[in-house]
Amino acid sequence: MNTFSGALEFIVDRRELLLDKTLEHLVLSGAALAVALLIAVPVGVFLGHLHRGSFLAINLANVGRALPSLAVIALGLGFLGFGFTNVLVALVILAVPPILTNAYVAVDGVEAEAVEAARGMGMTPWQILRRVELPLALPLLFAGIRTSAVYVVASATLAAIAGGGGLGEILFNQASYRVEGLVGAALVVSALAFAADLALGGVQRALTPRGMRGRVSALEADVTRAGTA
Amino acid sequence: MTDGPVIPDFGKASSCVAENRLFCPDWVRDNWGSVLQPAVVQHVKLTVIAVAVGFVIAFAAALLAHRHGRFERPFSVFSALVYTIPGIALFQLLVPFTGLSILTVEVALVGYTLLIIFRNVLEGLRSAPPEVLEAARGMGLTRRQTLLRVELPLALPAIVAGLRVATVSTIALATIAAFVVPEGLGRPIFAALRDYFKTEIIAAGVLAILLAIAADVLLVLAQRALTPWASARRLA
Repeated sequence: MNTFSGALEFIVDRRELLLDKTLEHLVLSGAALAVALLIAVPVGVFLGHLHRGSFLAINLANVGRALPSLAVIALGLGFLGFGFTNVLVALVILAVPPILTNAYVAVDGVEAEAVEAARGMGMTPWQILRRVELPLALPLLFAGIRTSAVYVVASATLAAIAGGGGLGEILFNQASYRVEGLVGAALVVSALAFAADLALGGVQRALTPRGMRGRVSALEADVTRAGTA
Repeated sequence: MTDGPVIPDFGKASSCVAENRLFCPDWVRDNWGSVLQPAVVQHVKLTVIAVAVGFVIAFAAALLAHRHGRFERPFSVFSALVYTIPGIALFQLLVPFTGLSILTVEVALVGYTLLIIFRNVLEGLRSAPPEVLEAARGMGLTRRQTLLRVELPLALPAIVAGLRVATVSTIALATIAAFVVPEGLGRPIFAALRDYFKTEIIAAGVLAILLAIAADVLLVLAQRALTPWASARRLA
């Protein structure tokens, strides 16, 4: 318990350091997530819309989940050297698979009847995508983004070994910050991951069409199965 | 091997190694048996032990929670709390209790598997359709028989899926453990990161990735072999 109160003291006493490192951590995670979104959402949605490439979309998730984050960051170091860019690339590689797969599964899984009805109403493929498939796919798509966000925030602690900054600098340096600093920084990382999940969950709920609320958890369960089939 | 300079306490290094070029196959060849292969074996051992112990604990807890719903929440909350602790932190925090030993690594790795396996087993056990349970009761099966002959077989895909996720994430976390206890594939990774020796970074990193993918593929195959009815349904 002494360690724990020491950690809280550390958080209070070294709040400027922690704030600095937290900001670095957030910038790095946010940038990685943003780039991953720009890549994975269009590709996943497009493939899902065409009902093509299920092999790629599903297996990418499995391989992506299997990638050890330390190995990916280490490889980035070997190829790209120290610094922000290397870590950013590594985190993007880790963030893309869950988003892409969920985007694909979400759009691909929109009920054929709904799409058929939209087509019968004279909607163009673009309108079908924007007004039928995307709204229905949103909850599941967001579930993927949440998974990715939590994973990126946690993995970003490893950025410190590659000169990418962030809260990992404290976690990897027990010699300077002692066990209190270690626990304090660990608490902040956990809180960040938790907050990211909560915030995105809020966005997810807000974006879910009213008629579909309450079905979200069932849908989430579906994708785990689809992803692991 | 003979064309390069001699590095003290190391012996001869090829010019590729001495210049730290991106990837030197000769270093991998010369150090496979002494560095890389033992690390792979060690890594597999760490992972198998952690997943096996984690499975026993989480499976028992899931059975208990399935039978008595009130046990679900405490175990769920506990395992979720453990799961949110950053890996590097947990490995270091355990050292005062379990020392700089394999035990430290295993305790942490087991802790991380609990949530995934527990959730999957429990969800699998609960996935038996009510009609099926009704039919089992109608046939006069006891509670235990229903569990062994109906619920567990139906839960098998979810259980193996959980084992898959637990195994690949354990392989990943075990590399991080080497920061604290130099064991497994993380050992050459961290050693090479300290010296910024690219060949070893890439070789060990690629090995860790290959190991994770190989484990994933193996478990998919196991899943198919264990649940032939699932693939039959997929074909239908």
